[in-house]
Amino acid sequence: MKDRDLIFEKSRPGKKGYSLPELDVPQKQDLLPENLQRKNPAPLPEVAEGEVLRHYINLSQLNHSVDNGFYPLGSCTMKYNPKINEDVSRLPGFAELHPYQSEEMTQGALKLMAELEKYLCEIGGMDRVTLQPAAGAHGELAGLMLIRAYHRHRGQDHRKKIIIPDSGHGTNPASVTMCGYETVEIPSDDKGCIDLEALKEVLDDKVAGIMLTNPNTLGFYEENISEVCRLVHESGGLLYYDGANANAIMGYSRPGDMGFDILHFNLHKTFGTPHGGGGPGSGPVGVKDKLVPFLPNPMIEEEDGKYFLDYDRPQSIGRVRSFFGNFGVLVKAFTYIRMLGAEGLKQVSEDAVLNANYIMEKLAKSYHLKYHRNCMHEFVLSGKKQKDEHGVTTTDIVKNLLDHGIHPPTVYFPLIVEEAMMIEPTETESKETLDEFVAVMEKIAKMAEEDPEKLKEAPYTTPVRRLDEAGAARNPILKWEPKG
Amino acid sequence: MNHQFLPNNEESRQEMLKSLGLNSIEELFGCCIPENVRFKGKLNLPKPLSELEARRLLTQIANVNQPASELVSFLGGGVADHYIPASVNHIISRSEFYTAYTPYQAEVSQGTLQNIFEFQTLICMLTGMDVANASMYDGASALAEAVLMASSVSRQNKIVISQTVNPQYRETVQTYARATGLEIVEIPHKDGQTDLEAMEEAIDDKTAAIAFQSPNFFGIIEDPFPISKLKEKGKKTLLISVVDPLSLGVIVPPGDYDADIVLGEGQPMGNPVSFGGPHLGFFAAREKLIRKMPGRLIGQTEDVDGKRGFVMTLQTREQHIRRHRATSNICTNQALNALAAASYLNLMGKKGIQEVAHQCLQKANYLKEKIDALPGYSIPFNGPIFKEFAVKANRPFQEVQKVLVDKGFLPGIHLEPYYEGMDDWFLVCVTEKRTREEMDRFAAGLEGV
Amino acid sequence: MYPEELKYTDDHEWVRVENGKAYVGVTHYAQEQLGDVVFVELPDIGEEFEMGDSFGVVESVKTVSDLFMPLSGKVVEINEDLEDSPEAVNEDPYGEGWIIAIELSDESQLDQLMDSEAYQKTLE
Repeated sequence: MKDRDLIFEKSRPGKKGYSLPELDVPQKQDLLPENLQRKNPAPLPEVAEGEVLRHYINLSQLNHSVDNGFYPLGSCTMKYNPKINEDVSRLPGFAELHPYQSEEMTQGALKLMAELEKYLCEIGGMDRVTLQPAAGAHGELAGLMLIRAYHRHRGQDHRKKIIIPDSGHGTNPASVTMCGYETVEIPSDDKGCIDLEALKEVLDDKVAGIMLTNPNTLGFYEENISEVCRLVHESGGLLYYDGANANAIMGYSRPGDMGFDILHFNLHKTFGTPHGGGGPGSGPVGVKDKLVPFLPNPMIEEEDGKYFLDYDRPQSIGRVRSFFGNFGVLVKAFTYIRMLGAEGLKQVSEDAVLNANYIMEKLAKSYHLKYHRNCMHEFVLSGKKQKDEHGVTTTDIVKNLLDHGIHPPTVYFPLIVEEAMMIEPTETESKETLDEFVAVMEKIAKMAEEDPEKLKEAPYTTPVRRLDEAGAARNPILKWEPKG
Repeated sequence: MNHQFLPNNEESRQEMLKSLGLNSIEELFGCCIPENVRFKGKLNLPKPLSELEARRLLTQIANVNQPASELVSFLGGGVADHYIPASVNHIISRSEFYTAYTPYQAEVSQGTLQNIFEFQTLICMLTGMDVANASMYDGASALAEAVLMASSVSRQNKIVISQTVNPQYRETVQTYARATGLEIVEIPHKDGQTDLEAMEEAIDDKTAAIAFQSPNFFGIIEDPFPISKLKEKGKKTLLISVVDPLSLGVIVPPGDYDADIVLGEGQPMGNPVSFGGPHLGFFAAREKLIRKMPGRLIGQTEDVDGKRGFVMTLQTREQHIRRHRATSNICTNQALNALAAASYLNLMGKKGIQEVAHQCLQKANYLKEKIDALPGYSIPFNGPIFKEFAVKANRPFQEVQKVLVDKGFLPGIHLEPYYEGMDDWFLVCVTEKRTREEMDRFAAGLEGV
Repeated sequence: MYPEELKYTDDHEWVRVENGKAYVGVTHYAQEQLGDVVFVELPDIGEEFEMGDSFGVVESVKTVSDLFMPLSGKVVEINEDLEDSPEAVNEDPYGEGWIIAIELSDESQLDQLMDSEAYQKTLE
């Protein structure tokens, strides 16, 4: 009897789901001038507490999540989220700390952030890190603002071009525009890496920088990364490292050592903090010394064992949000790093890479692989063979995974692989789970040959089946409204 | 090594390597990462901790802090200590919610999708606006996005913003504006409210938007009607209104005064203060602006069997499709914080939202009068207040603060860092959680300074 | 699929000259590539564009494509019905799915467009 009604449809006059103490001060009239008063109360639902709870528990059960099944969503690093992190981030000393409290009262929090900054510097090979950005995209924007501030400071604000490989994530160009820059796209070579010749062609004194992930979105480590860095630096540009794929390289390679000037980490990918159904994330940005003066305000500093917030930084780009960052998320990432240490983080990357290669080789037997060589933590499989031979698309293939309790990979991205399926198993999946996944994928490949029509109708067993997205976009219904 | 977060044992690892025709993991990394960029050392990090040690360490760090909850707090400034019903934490602790990601696969994400659809509806109900998005990072970045949106809608690049808007929001807007080349004109305050004459003078045909906040940073409820009227001075000028969501239980909603974009900090709705984050920004607009809105939007539709379902919609606005011409680079929202906010609003309901707002209004005014009557203190501004108000002491705030903290109070926010010449001034916030007894003791404490 | 009486462009648009006005829309091929069209962003009447300028946008669920001026001129009519029924672009690309009408500033540009046969060759 699981109902799927909206909470508004459950509302009945007079019900309530809260209680408050009686007002204990003398009630005054006329505190609000007539024209500032609300005339009609907001029609929020009237529901009892237990009904609200049941509503949400039923909703939760309609979700696929890391805690109830395999979630190989490429580039998103859907790894297990340790429960200790949930507990410690809710400690009153963290959750009930007000951001306007004095430095004396918040030494623990400031220390935790300062330490986390040090760890992230070490892992990334950077000199300083700001913890302020709320998400990866927010970090990208902050990072590009730093590039802009750097060039401006040197009288080079005519540099307006940001180079992005054609395999780049859509946020890259979107961030570029928000920063008043223009995107220059360069193609990948036949090994799925940056085409050095194409890069040389666009490098000139108008280039502000380049944005890269490494490993790139195809899951390959850029083998010419040192040369790329040298060329870009030679032209006067800076290098930005998008940390979306940092889970592959911890303890094995550091963006700072590769030659990058700026990076962002996604704490919700690499450092085990939960994705929350789409946030909150956290996107700290690390830089080399020459960019430190421009980092957002405030920075956390230490003197004689006492931590303080430094706002006296005249060259700073300013703030990119309120306060200091998604602090609760920082607590989780801090705890994660402390529980793994250097050897643990290295093992994380090893297992992530091994898991990805293991299933890639197995799946290469039944699916097309545009670039077939050792990958890092993820790889891009293609549904081209199934499409060409049986008219079954990648959408059809992944919708069948849903019927097996598996979340689909990232699909149709990167754009340079036809019918792409980007698969990132992460290190927190066992060989047994991977074998099961491979078996399901092989079964689907077989069905594509034998009964393609059945595949095209999937999923069959999910809470809802394929939804009419065109209808939703043509005639947007973005809120509930009472009938009549 | 084996670790509690890593399910593969040595045997599985060896088997997997063998199936790849490799002898060691070193071989695998060796063939991928060029020698010259290989990190040869060991990362300089503290040694790994067991779960018990980690819990001990984090508890110890947390205990170094003195959280607001251990004192009687009058801190606000956009983030305030409101009561969070017990159920909220139980709802957001369902790992089916918090270990899921953005609802790319609608068939197995109806929980997240339906919640956001309900959240959008609740924000519309509260603000009186036509459409709301799935949420933004926080109030400050929501205002920055609103300003960019207004510029894109009107194709103008001058923004007129009142200095009574939260200083951190204005700083954020300045940061975004420097990058995109927007011109920001700040309007000074007069008696704690937007100087309307100065604002009127600043508006011209090039003005993309007027931005104001009510209740403003000083806690004063500004009359939105004359400000809204100033739109006519410009050509395609939009009105951006920054609001405290809980105030809308009693205060006229922006939908009633022709606001075009409405946003604010959503923390007061069921989210802990958490040293400033993670919180959420809410963001609403008039219907005709939806295609210029930043952020995720969830829409209602049907599946192949005719069953109601929800999907991410109008995605062509977004970065993964429109790339460099997207309305914003934002990918996700603050889904879990929005879940807390939605469950808070559903629990409070139609009556509760009015009651909590009413209590804030009554209690804040009670304390305001009480302090006004104290020797050595005055209430410098005249306008009506909601839950915050400015106080002027006859000595620097530091002195007041020191004495009050020792008595177990967090007396408020010092205004000097944000408004010049206010060294003796502070901002006091009273939520429904404060009792008469606490306020009386606080007033007595102030008197004793 | 590709009516003889129309002219075509490399950007998969068609042009029909009628009473001194040129009606513009997208071809059958284009609508097929786009998939379900959900929104068409139209210019304002009176706006002037050069040949090759982007004058609007057509959106399907997961793609966005620019619309390019097949010829230089001034927009004199827009198909407002597309606001409520963008699906006309899919269902009737040469009829109800027309997008704008323009007043040509240089009729000789018409010679630069392809006829049906030449256009179909480009699709092969």
